Amino acid sequence: MDGSDIGLWGVPLAMLAGAIRVSTPFIFVSLGECLTERSGRINLGLEGTLMMGAMSAYGTALLSGSPWLGVLVAAFVGLLLGALHAGLCQLPKVNDIATGIGLMLFGTGLAFFLGKPYIQPKAPNLGALDLGGWSSIPQVQQALQVNPLFIVGILLAFALAWALKNTRWGLIVRLAGESVDAALAIGASVGRVRLLATAVGGAFAGIGGAFLSLYYPGSWNEGLSSGQGLMAVALVIFARWDPIRCLWASLLFGAAGAISPALQSVGVTQGYYLFSAAPYVLTLALMIATCSPARSLRGAPGELGAVK
Amino acid sequence: MIDKFNIGRRALLGGAAGAAAFGLAGGAQAQKPLVVGFIYVGPRDDYGYNQAHAEAAAVLKKMAGVKVVEEEKVPETVAVEKSMESMINMDGATLLFPTSFGYFDPHMLRMAAKYPKIQFRHCGGLWNQAKNPMNTGSYFGYIDEAQYLAGIVAGMTTKSGKLGFVAAKPIPQVLRNINAFTMGARSVNPKATTQVIFTGDWSLPVKEAEATNSMIAQGVDVVTCHVDSPKVVIETAERAGIFTSGYHTNQAKLAPKGYLTGAEWNWERIYVDFVETMKKGGVPGNFVRGGLKEGYVRTSPFGPAVSEAAKAKVDEVKSGILNGSFAIYKGPLKDNKGNTVIDGGTAYTQTEPKLEGMNYLVEGVLGATS
Repeated sequence: MDGSDIGLWGVPLAMLAGAIRVSTPFIFVSLGECLTERSGRINLGLEGTLMMGAMSAYGTALLSGSPWLGVLVAAFVGLLLGALHAGLCQLPKVNDIATGIGLMLFGTGLAFFLGKPYIQPKAPNLGALDLGGWSSIPQVQQALQVNPLFIVGILLAFALAWALKNTRWGLIVRLAGESVDAALAIGASVGRVRLLATAVGGAFAGIGGAFLSLYYPGSWNEGLSSGQGLMAVALVIFARWDPIRCLWASLLFGAAGAISPALQSVGVTQGYYLFSAAPYVLTLALMIATCSPARSLRGAPGELGAVK
Repeated sequence: MIDKFNIGRRALLGGAAGAAAFGLAGGAQAQKPLVVGFIYVGPRDDYGYNQAHAEAAAVLKKMAGVKVVEEEKVPETVAVEKSMESMINMDGATLLFPTSFGYFDPHMLRMAAKYPKIQFRHCGGLWNQAKNPMNTGSYFGYIDEAQYLAGIVAGMTTKSGKLGFVAAKPIPQVLRNINAFTMGARSVNPKATTQVIFTGDWSLPVKEAEATNSMIAQGVDVVTCHVDSPKVVIETAERAGIFTSGYHTNQAKLAPKGYLTGAEWNWERIYVDFVETMKKGGVPGNFVRGGLKEGYVRTSPFGPAVSEAAKAKVDEVKSGILNGSFAIYKGPLKDNKGNTVIDGGTAYTQTEPKLEGMNYLVEGVLGATS
């Protein structure tokens, strides 16, 4: 059967497939950042955490033969890096943005250094679930090869949104982010809340890194992230600190990243450099659309960016 | 105060230079080894461009009386000048190979003017006798010959007749590879087409994987590439169960089932030659080019999926290239917009300058250069 020619339908399908394949690291990093920022702290170091997660996951999978163990180790490394950031920010007169940039450079540098021996070897892959078995069109089958981490990411977004809204724990995190005084008044330790939120946020980013190195594109090298961690941080801002919106924004970014190759593969070859820049243009456009000098950002945690 | 600081620094530099000179003199009393410096733009075990050079550097290391110094991940900025200066002053290197495209102008040329006694040879540079100093030069291999052969294998193996090429940027060297691969395939399978996707840069793993996947979705069943590290493309294709053709080095290990063959560099041929010339007191060539015949490029050993007929066809064409009776670029040749780019009756040899400025994609390539 030569059903392989589906013409221009290939573009939306490829964008859907791209959204499923590419968006997972965005989902995890943006959820991690979302949680951290809701507790009143910015962690710009997640790009570094992403790289460290990718490197440690790849290394672990290679040495142990178990990719899922790699994911766990990546989460743990992310947890440590998040805790380090939180711990540093706890010190008096420390600016969390400067610390974040420092940790971003530290994380990527350390990942490159320690990851040297892992560039060449081939680690086991996480694998995918075939959810496209119902379709006879090979493109649909290919598009619906879904990695379990993608599903975990979606569930996590909803779980996080629910927890922030409905649990006592979520209330305290929000309180630490909105008003330190109020948090202190109900007897919560703001420092500890932020430490935990930042550490868990780091763990999410670590898992995002594991996805990059162990599933898609599925190998460790130094150009692996190409700024995805940073883009995910920006994404949180126009998702207005809402986990569900983070999820949609991540999917949008994944799809935008797939536009250029998808268009070229069906023969639209004009301006592929422009289409390659689509995710970045999208970031800028959304930033401009959501920023206004007249009002502060809706949904922004009150304590965010406040320097002690 | 500033003056004082300047004098201090100058004195310090003078002292350092003196110490370096002393070190060199001390070395000269023993049998002074020839120190060769290699500079790479990326990691040297990337299964790609840098690894191809590093493998050749490893061959030099085994030669008697040769010392190799290497530096990886040097960006194409002033940083490479610092690397070169440190190799010259600290390690005593007298022959330098800055291997990446962007090192040549202005960085290597600036260093060559500053250190006229040191030999600089650049990979792929556009060396020009009228403009560039004689202690510089460039070398390159006609890897499109190997791509043509790989194209023959791809054309005889494909079932859908659709080949894929993941390319970084539409520069002449890349276009030559795409065109040669396509012409090789169409010489045995006139209906074959090559879908090309430009990612926009030399190392973008996510985009390379996306490009490979979207071509697979279009029914492409043999994919090859011209990016810094083919690892992602080859692995993605192998997972999807399609065939691959490698580039830069041998990637058969990454795709034991689908790897057909590949176009590889064989830089040790050039490097060993240059080093031996230097050891005899000579100066390596300034403009060195060669292909299969000179042994500067080669094809990977055939993978399990390659038919006997394809192997025989490759051997036939290869012997034609080796004895000079076969030209890849000969007229009438049309580009993929229908314009004639080489007139009937004209055949270009590989050294033809027009080929080094190639700006078109031949008939059968789906894609555009801009």
